[in-house]
Amino acid sequence: MHHDGLGAAVSDVATLIDRSVRLTRRNVDTLFVSILLPLLMMSLFVYVFGGAIETGTQYITYVVPGILLLTTGYGASNTAMAVADDMNSGMIDRLRSLPIRSFAVLTGHVTASVARNAISTAIVILASLAMGFEPNASPGEWVAAIGLLLLYVLALSWLAAALGVIAKSVESASALSFFMLFLPYLSSAFVQPETMPAFLRPISEHQPITPVIETVRSLLTGTPLGDSGWIALVWCTGLLAVSITAATVLYRRRMSR
Amino acid sequence: MIVEAVGLRKSFGPTVVLEGVDLRVDEGSVLALLGPNGAGKTTIVRILTTLTRPDAGHATIAGYDVVREPSKVRGVISLTGQSAAVDDNQTGRENLVMIGRLMHLGRSTARQRADDLLEQFGLTGAMNRRVKTYSGGMSRRLDLAMSLIARPRVIFLDEPTTGLDPASRLTMWEAIGELVRDGTTILLTTQYLEEADRLADRIVLLDQGRITASGTADALKTQIGGERIELYFADPADALKAAGLVGGLADGLVLNLPSDGSAAHLHAVLDDLRARGPQPDRVASHRPTLDDVFLTLTA
Repeated sequence: MHHDGLGAAVSDVATLIDRSVRLTRRNVDTLFVSILLPLLMMSLFVYVFGGAIETGTQYITYVVPGILLLTTGYGASNTAMAVADDMNSGMIDRLRSLPIRSFAVLTGHVTASVARNAISTAIVILASLAMGFEPNASPGEWVAAIGLLLLYVLALSWLAAALGVIAKSVESASALSFFMLFLPYLSSAFVQPETMPAFLRPISEHQPITPVIETVRSLLTGTPLGDSGWIALVWCTGLLAVSITAATVLYRRRMSR
Repeated sequence: MIVEAVGLRKSFGPTVVLEGVDLRVDEGSVLALLGPNGAGKTTIVRILTTLTRPDAGHATIAGYDVVREPSKVRGVISLTGQSAAVDDNQTGRENLVMIGRLMHLGRSTARQRADDLLEQFGLTGAMNRRVKTYSGGMSRRLDLAMSLIARPRVIFLDEPTTGLDPASRLTMWEAIGELVRDGTTILLTTQYLEEADRLADRIVLLDQGRITASGTADALKTQIGGERIELYFADPADALKAAGLVGGLADGLVLNLPSDGSAAHLHAVLDDLRARGPQPDRVASHRPTLDDVFLTLTA
């Protein structure tokens, strides 16, 4: 009945991805909001605030990369809640008493998170094109931008999984992941950092979201890249490595209690 | 001996939960761990199912050590915990197939097993509905079915009927009874004496982390004595006085008197009191139940 080895591990992960995707798909409210909210935010910024914000370009062209990151932050916080739900329901003991590897459950959640975010990101991009977003990216630049966004989503999803593991309830997972929703507002997502007060500017310039946004913006709309590309890559891979380690270690610790 | 535990000890911080527990379960038998809340029942189950490490002592399931070979142990056991471990947003069948796959059954075997179990637990009609539409009793039955999918050799049931209405409890008992007939080894915890009496071959009574008694239900009932007569008086002094005449133990208004349960003995006692002593208002004859065992031994 019990097999060690790679085949079993791959099969476990596939089964748990299947589970997480199915649960996500059926959690209609969450899915609906995670797509609708970024669309509403984009409309709000483009049609309501946008006219009053000076960025030296069409505002929609400026704001779309920021909206994309806002979308992923929201998607990741849903992942934290899904993981916390497993950790704080009877499911945790069922999962623990199964002969499966400790990373399999989290990998299922993270994969579903990346898939969900990829879909909501695609919808946001399509909507932005309909609203007048005019990217001038080559196919190669599109691939690079999407690749970076996926890397960012992956890192953020593992971070969310780690938060979900330590959360004592679904509500506290939602609270813990609040900063993921808030951080984009303190970045170059919606306004240029130079317009912020002096005490906020360093936060905006040295947090991970700004270089990711600047890189995506540069790739899609041709703004100057500077060092943003490398800084974004270092932030994302660093965050990914730290988050995977933290999530796995915390999960094992929680499981061995 | 498919389950064997020796000297299990466990503390959580300053709280001592288990103070040296020994257990042995024969293959194919049903053992009930009976005790009040906080007695340590769930901790024993968690140690035996590899979810918690004991501070001292050791335990084996089917010869595998629960601390050193946890994944071997997990391959031969299943656990049905106190809260139903099911995904509300999957259907009953999806839940079952998922667990079958995670127990490394082949795809078609998992589906076949799922369908058989849905049938066995009376869930075929609901198998394609999401679990969140199930009643409490249906969720518990599904939970139990999920525990059985890979034909575990030992099944742990932690308070399988807590919180169920009487009809669902009865259905659950029937489902467990069927497993027993199939020869599965079961270790269950319960606060309900009736449940232990009905399902278990052997009962282990647990109180404050220690085993206070163990044996068959009958043996336990015998252990705390046979039948007794209870005589109720209007005045505690009368009860004491009567105890001086006919024996027994006065407790407030009640005199407890050991008896062989025969009408002749009751007659003799009442005649004796009518002739020489205070008159009881009421008489009750009392057969020992597991409740008495429980209350006597965990007092």
